[in-house]
Formats: sequence, C-alpha cells, structure tokens
Amino acid sequence: MTAAATNTAGTYEAQSLECIRDDRVLFEDLSFGINPGQALVLEGRNGSGKTSLLRILCGIRLPESGKLLWEGEDIFRLGPEFHEHIAYLGHKDGSKLDLTPLENLRIAQGLGKASDGIDLEEALDQVGLYGFEDVPTRNLSAGQQRRLAIARLLVTDAKLWILDEPFTSLDRKGIEHMERLFEGHLNRGGMAAMTTHHRIGFRDEVQLVRINLSER
Amino acid sequence: MSTLSLTSAFSLLLKRDLVLAYRRRAELVNPMLFFVLVTAMFPLGIGNDAKLIEAVGPGVIWVAALLAALLSLDSMFRSDYDDGSLEQFMLSAHPVSILVLAKILAHWLVTGLPLFIVAPLLAVLLNIPASAIPTLMLTLILGTPVLSLIGSVGVALTVGLRRGGVILSILVLPLYVPVLIFATDAVKTAIVGIPTTAQLSILSAMLVGSLVLAPMATAASLRISLS
Amino acid sequence: MIIRFFHQMGSPRYFYSVAGKMIPWFMTSFLITLLVGLYYGLFVAPADYQQGESYRIMYIHVPAAWMSMFIYVVMAVSGLISLVWRIKMTEVVVISSATVGASFTFLALATGSLWGKPMWGAWWVWDARLTAELLLLFLYLGIIALHSAIEDKRVAARAVSILALVGVVNIPIIHYSVEWWNTLHQPASITKFDKPSMDMSMLMPLLIMAISFKLYYGAVVLMRARAEIVERERNTRWVQEMVEQEVK
Repeated sequence: MTAAATNTAGTYEAQSLECIRDDRVLFEDLSFGINPGQALVLEGRNGSGKTSLLRILCGIRLPESGKLLWEGEDIFRLGPEFHEHIAYLGHKDGSKLDLTPLENLRIAQGLGKASDGIDLEEALDQVGLYGFEDVPTRNLSAGQQRRLAIARLLVTDAKLWILDEPFTSLDRKGIEHMERLFEGHLNRGGMAAMTTHHRIGFRDEVQLVRINLSER
Repeated sequence: MSTLSLTSAFSLLLKRDLVLAYRRRAELVNPMLFFVLVTAMFPLGIGNDAKLIEAVGPGVIWVAALLAALLSLDSMFRSDYDDGSLEQFMLSAHPVSILVLAKILAHWLVTGLPLFIVAPLLAVLLNIPASAIPTLMLTLILGTPVLSLIGSVGVALTVGLRRGGVILSILVLPLYVPVLIFATDAVKTAIVGIPTTAQLSILSAMLVGSLVLAPMATAASLRISLS
Repeated sequence: MIIRFFHQMGSPRYFYSVAGKMIPWFMTSFLITLLVGLYYGLFVAPADYQQGESYRIMYIHVPAAWMSMFIYVVMAVSGLISLVWRIKMTEVVVISSATVGASFTFLALATGSLWGKPMWGAWWVWDARLTAELLLLFLYLGIIALHSAIEDKRVAARAVSILALVGVVNIPIIHYSVEWWNTLHQPASITKFDKPSMDMSMLMPLLIMAISFKLYYGAVVLMRARAEIVERERNTRWVQEMVEQEVK
C-alpha cells in the first residue's frame, strides 16, 4: 500500500467514466489521469459533455458508472477532504453582487482550507482588480466580475483547478494575463482541468492532456 | 480540519447572510407584515364576536405563522442557487451540514424572529389574555426554528425547479402539523390557566430533533438538487 | 448467498426477467386470497351486535389502512438503500410504490368515510385515525408531485428517497400529535377499533384480506417497476433486442 501511496501522491485519476444526460450517452469508458504540473484540456462540440465532465470531476455530479480517485482514494469517500484540494470555477461566478470583492474573497477563503500565507488584497491585485476592494461587486463590469471569480482560485491551497470557460467576458489582454496566472500555478506543481473556446496560449513547457469528447 | 476553522466557517457564513439581509433591509419587514395581515383577516372573516375570536385566536396566530414561514422559505437558498454560490458551498472543505445550519440560523433570525416580536401585538388584537402571552411567545421561539429547519429540507429539494413554490408547500405543510398542534394547544391550555410543561417540552424535543437531523437531510438534498 | 442475490437483483436485466416470472404467481394468489377473504368476510363472519352489517366494510378499510403505512415504510427503506448504496432497482421500487400507496390511502379514507356515515351520521369526522390517514395522503401526494416535477428521473428518485425518509421519521410524531389533539378536543367520539377481543371468525377474514392486499401490492409494484426499467434502459442493447423480438 505504501508503494502505491507514493506513486499516486498528488494525482487525480478517472477510471472508465460514463455519463448519461437526457437518455443520451455523452461519453463512456473514459479514463485519464492528471499529474502535478499537467493541465487537462477538454475539447468538443457544444453539448458534448464538457461541463458535465468537469462537474463530475468536482464531485458535484455523479457519474453513471466509473471511479474517481484522488491520490488513489475514492473522492466520494473522502468528501470534504477531497474538496480542500480543488477549486471550481463554473459558468456562474459564485460571487455575491451585494458584497464587495474583498468580502467575497474572504468567504471563499473561509470555505476552503484556510491558508495563512495568502493576502486577499494581493490576490485582487494579481487579477488586476487593485483599487476595487470596496466597490460593490454589482458595480463591476462582467469582465471584472470574472476576474474576481478567478481571484477566488488564488486564496486557498487548492492544487487542482477545475475551470469551465474561465475566459468568458475577458478581453484579449485579460486572457493573456490569466494564462500566465494558470501557468504559474502549473509550474508550482498545481494541476488544472479546463474547457475553453479560445486557443490556449500556454508556453511550450506546460504539459497538456487533450481529450476531445466529440471524437470518441 | 480543525474545529477552530470549522466554527470560523460557521460564523463567517452566518455573518455573510446577515450582512446580505442588512443590505436589503427593506425586505426584512415583509414576512412580519404578512403575518400581521393574515391574522387581521380572520376576525373580518369570522365576524365581530369577541368570544369566538378569543376561542380561535391561538390557532389563527399559529396558522398565520406557518404561512409566513412557508412564504419566506423560498429565499433561503434561492439567490445562492442562482449566482452559483451554492455550488461553492458544496465544494467546501467543511461539512456541508454545518454550513447549512449557519444559513438556516441566519434565515430564522431574519424571518422567524420578527414574528416572535410582533406576536404580543397580535395577541391583543385577538383578545388573548395577557396571562397567556408569555406562553404564546415561548411556543413561537421554540416552534418557528422547527419550521425553518423542516422547511430547509423542502427548499433544498425544490430549489432547482422552475415552479418549486407550490410543490414546496405540499411537501412541507403536512410536516408542520405537529408543531401547529402542540403550539396552539399550549396557548389554549395557558389561557385556561393550566400548566403547559408537557406541550412545551414536546416542542423543545422537536426543536432538538430537527436541529440534529434537518441539516444533514438538507445537505443531502442540496447535493441532489445540484447534480 | 443473500448478498449475491441482492447483487443480481441490482442488475436491471435480471430484475426484469425475474419480476416477469413472479407477477403471475402474485396475481393468482392475490385473486384466490381475495375471493376467500371476501367470502368469509361478507357471508361467513357473524354480524356485529352493535353495528349490524355495516361493520363489514372493515374488511376493506382496515387492510387498506395497514397497507398505506406498510408501503410508506417499504418506500423509506428502499429509499435509504438507494441513497446509501446507489442501487438502481430500489430507486425503481420507491417510485413504483408511491402511487400504489397513495391509492390505498385514498381507499382507506373513502371506506372510512362510508363507514362513518352510519356510525357518526356524517361523512367526515375529525377522528384521530382518519386525520392521520389524511395527512399520510398529503405526504404521498407530495412525493408524487416532487417526482413528476424533476425531469431527470435518477435525480428525481434520489430526491424522493430523501423525502420518504423525512416522512417516515415524521409519521410517528404526526400520529402522536393528532391523537393528542383528538383526545383533547373530541373526547366523545367512539373509536371504531376499540375491540380488545375480536372473535376469531371476524379476525380471520381480516388477516386473509391483509395478505391478499400485500400480494396485490407485490404484483403491481413489480409491473410498474418493469415498466420503469424498460423506460429508463430504453437505450441499452438488451431492451432494444427484446423489443425487436417482440415486434417479430
């Protein structure tokens, strides 16, 4: 068991996943693994099950069959112990419009595994929201609200970032900026699973695992 | 996960919901206003008969409280569902039932406690003798949290539905019957001047029971609604 | 052995074929016990010295009321199993039971009301047992409403399972509270069941009818479960092969 434990340290593995939605088999017998420093990139047509797969990877949605193993252990058995390792950015930002960006980040940090070394204002600065700490989130533009949602990823120790169209409503400069952020995370030994309509402009040294759900 | 960060997550979420309620404080009076209005409708429907009004008083107040609680339930998880916060709660590193308990408590403080505050006024309107008012207040402070707790399971099951409102009342109202029966009975007994220890301890037992069981059921239901 | 049995029953295909073989047995034994029970209940059992012939409606009313409780408990237990072990077949049992349970509850209420007319001179009296039965009907209707409102049937099954569990915890409390309420407000009413010693000749038909109703429930729940399985699994190979063979 110890040998297996060292091999699986910090890895995420999916074994023969099957997903059915509205009587349609979106994918079946889908297996892959994500290792530290790697990013899983999901491709495929609209409705091919990219979002469903990401939600399954989070543990929000149950796969019809198959297994998900974090460091060799079933994620549904781990429960909250698994959740402390992941951060999810969905279609919806998950921010409260009546709260300020700083208040939103404080909650995100409290919900995750509390991380001492991370300064909330610095996280806002990293996504380009310096100076907007105390503006109600409602008054931010759509792009700025998306930046705030990305800042949420930075305030916990989560190793695996699960990103569903993270670049929605960002301008080209914003996208490049966020790509550098994601690269930084991967270079520090982090992992990512993401979908995007944009061509990803990661630098060459980043290891990408591409899966095309329409061509299976 | 240390207990310290667990309690801090609880208080963080409680504070968050109270701050959110405060920023929309104009809506705070609505459940209370509804409670008063429904109660005031009954004498108008029954007729100006002091004896009759006194006899139905406790029942009327409690039925109105039930309806007010039911009406405010929908707001418990609605906005969090719409803006994606609920997904984030489900993925928290803390047990979801604890977070749910914080939200229920916040919701009760905002919608249940106001009913307790206006109850003496309604008691006067319905000719309930002053000697029974403390018992009425006690039943409300023991009973309305039970309504929020049981209701939270129903809301969690219906939050993803487009027309969840009517279904919610079908699910929840039958489960409210025991609270209604023991609470009104306590008040009626108090009016006659007989001790109400039995009813009040049953209500307390229901509060403890739902405090233990409801958050777990609600957490499981939310997980199902989001999947 | 038992574990293996449950494991096999967990497979929709196996369940479908076994259920198909079991239904005729359930149906025939239901019809036999029904005829025997009705014959003894309506013709052999003596008339009641207080209520005359009208008490005979008990042979429908009481077993129906028992069934309404029994089915709810079955639903809650299979709900628990499907939530904990994610077994598809128990999910199907939960859904299939709800409508049958609601029908038995309604039957118990209707016969209770018919029985009440000669006894109390009114179609409806807020008697403790009738009131509790009415609330049980509401619980069933809630389950049916929730199930039909959720589009994804697997999600619906799990949501309904939770609701059934919440209901089963509450039913004893509801019963207790209704009895409390009834004794305080209507001490005068005669309860129909206050017969400490019922004669064997009256009791036997009642028990036979109870068994008969259970067999009926077994048959219906298997039929509904089979229908539900075919609908859920309509995209799988075995269902499509089966349909092709039927068409030929």
